[in-house]
Amino acid sequence: MSGKSRRDFLKKTAIIGAGVTGLSASPAKAAPKNILSADRMGVLVDTTVCVGCRNCEWACKDAHDLPAGELFSYEDRKPMEFRRRPDHTALTVVNEYSRGKNSNLPVDVKVQCMHCDQPACVSACIVGAFSKQENGAVIWDTDMCIGCRYCLAACPFQIPAFEYDKALDPLIMKCDFCFDRTKNGKLPACVAICPVEALTYGPRSELIKVARNRIKRNPDRYVDHILGEHEVGGTSWLYLSSKEFKELEFPDLGNNPAPGVSESIQHGIFAYFVPPVSLYALLGGIMWIAKRRKELKEEEHV
Amino acid sequence: MNHESVNPVPIKHRFFTPGVIVLVIIALNGLVFLMGRFFFGLGAVTNLNNQYPWGLWIGVDVAAGVALAAGGFTTAALGHVMHREEYHAVIRPALLTAMLGYTFVAFGVFVDIGRWYFIWHPLIMWNGNSALFEVGICVMIYMTVLYIEFLPIFTERFIGKVNLPGLLSALNKPADKILRFLDRGLSKTMFIFIIAGVVLSTLHQSSLGTLMVIAGPKMHPLWQTPVLPLLFLLSAVSVGFPMVIFESLIASRSLKLRPEMHVLSRLGSMIAPLLGIYLAFKIGDMVIRETFVYLGELNTASVMFTIEILFGVIIPLRMFLSPKVLKSPPLLFTASALVVFGVLLNRINNFVVAYTPPYSAESYFPSFGEISVTVGFVAMLVLAYRFVVLNFPVISLPGKQTAQPTKYSIRGVEK
Ligand code: SF4
Ligand code: SF4
Ligand code: SF4
Repeated sequence: MSGKSRRDFLKKTAIIGAGVTGLSASPAKAAPKNILSADRMGVLVDTTVCVGCRNCEWACKDAHDLPAGELFSYEDRKPMEFRRRPDHTALTVVNEYSRGKNSNLPVDVKVQCMHCDQPACVSACIVGAFSKQENGAVIWDTDMCIGCRYCLAACPFQIPAFEYDKALDPLIMKCDFCFDRTKNGKLPACVAICPVEALTYGPRSELIKVARNRIKRNPDRYVDHILGEHEVGGTSWLYLSSKEFKELEFPDLGNNPAPGVSESIQHGIFAYFVPPVSLYALLGGIMWIAKRRKELKEEEHV
Repeated sequence: MNHESVNPVPIKHRFFTPGVIVLVIIALNGLVFLMGRFFFGLGAVTNLNNQYPWGLWIGVDVAAGVALAAGGFTTAALGHVMHREEYHAVIRPALLTAMLGYTFVAFGVFVDIGRWYFIWHPLIMWNGNSALFEVGICVMIYMTVLYIEFLPIFTERFIGKVNLPGLLSALNKPADKILRFLDRGLSKTMFIFIIAGVVLSTLHQSSLGTLMVIAGPKMHPLWQTPVLPLLFLLSAVSVGFPMVIFESLIASRSLKLRPEMHVLSRLGSMIAPLLGIYLAFKIGDMVIRETFVYLGELNTASVMFTIEILFGVIIPLRMFLSPKVLKSPPLLFTASALVVFGVLLNRINNFVVAYTPPYSAESYFPSFGEISVTVGFVAMLVLAYRFVVLNFPVISLPGKQTAQPTKYSIRGVEK
């Protein structure tokens, strides 16, 4: 082998390496907007106050141009006999559970996106369509979405829904914290309509204080747990209850942020592209040595 | 040259046989359901829903497809990077499988995503935190690399033989020139693509394992572990050679060729250590996380896990350790098929069986339509493979001594 071609080989390998490292800066930064503002807003859902009137279901549909029907039709209690989940026709639903401690009334639980502080959907989305906004809302850009449904697989609360029955332009649907209203200082539609003030909208830090206070003043009424304060790293929506949350079918999630492990693996494999580039160099080296050894052997034989 | 020379030629055999006709029917059946999916939406053909967003297509067509195409990068690493020329006879078939395999993985993704017309979005919309983004990008680049690696086979077939019909025949000379130019350029730079292919493969084979990590407690603890990416990489590496043996023996049977046992048994002798490493990590992970307690319960998860480990890893591992197995085509075939089955089942387990969403009313089982499409894709892949080996120099005939220079030597460093 001539010295020239050997240099050639090394040079080409080096160029590739440099090229790949050159790319590295941008992907490391290429992540969707994920702001955790200290003033982010939230909603406190007090399930001991909720009467299960389902007006919020109507208001939510109405605010999102979904077929809502007449408000009075929601007085029908029939749907409460089933467990429902939010989907593309209803971004929030209210489910009813048997009565809690020190009360004869059933427990009604409004379900919608929790607007996590460390949202799995934001971390997972292949095109970065999801984002956590300054006011706490986790929203998504429909025009970017490719419909892979990784967000559904990732969400610990199993919230995003997909329009499986549409052949063209199926959408991801979930509660968007009424972003179009809240960003202009208006209340979320569900909060605005609630007749008994079971939903309180405000800065998340304030809501936690309010919730603590309520538990302190009425220890008989509540279990001593604010769901969402710490779960999966905290959520913008918080719940108070007279029953263990497990009995209300909240998943048992622990306090670690849902995307934590997966993101550290990703960043480990791709730490500034050093691991892949080193692997490239290593393989190039092995290839060169193997080839060289073979040639030496053959020269000896001659 | 004292090693066996490789002599890949287009195999002379008729395309249609009764078996091939059955495959065509299976493929057509799949196409019918595919049409249903595109005209009426995913919900019309699949059993997927908001609880089970991913099913058979992601588990088999995509995840298992990528794993079973691992023969491409493992043989490339062995034959080209480590420069073991005695294995060159299996490189082209493995390359073809990988190329077709990834092509069908791409089809699988295309039909599974709801907004398929935006499949190109990840190219310009990046999310570095997303494991799926990385898998998508790596698979796209690697597929391109595979097609580039295959180009020399294309040029070899047509150089000096360009024979366009009618008026186009005026273009024969220029076409030939282009091919020759391509060929020369490719032989000088091919090593770049070969190494890139191996690097890209290790990256996305492992990132496929990262995919479900974010699903956290939704995934059964027998499979959910932070070392999933490593397990995925190790299992992909250990299924590479068995897959090459598996398809080589099927191809020689179907095309009435003598199996290349001298190469295959040598390949086979390397499988046991690879499987051993995989098994060690799998069991180590189980011991450290103490998940073996779940094997005591009798349910789908524990049964599937046991089948996967026992039939997919332990039994074939024992078989590959025996010299008798390595020398006998039927036994070698059985052992290889078991590994292939094991990895297929592992991917199904990871993406489908292990996934237990919190609010599902009933568990997911693939619909007839989903199964039809998956089986149809496999049939199409086999048909495409058959077409290519009958028309391009892919399979080497053993024994013949018309040594052609292999296109994959490191031309850049040649004398
Ligand atoms: S609840 Fe699910 S969809 Fe809502 S922000 Fe959290 S991860 Fe995203
Ligand atoms: S379905 Fe859409 S929003 Fe959800 S992860 Fe995929 S691209 Fe992102
Ligand atoms: S915040 Fe808006 S989108 Fe969310 S549940 Fe309430 S009304 Fe519906």
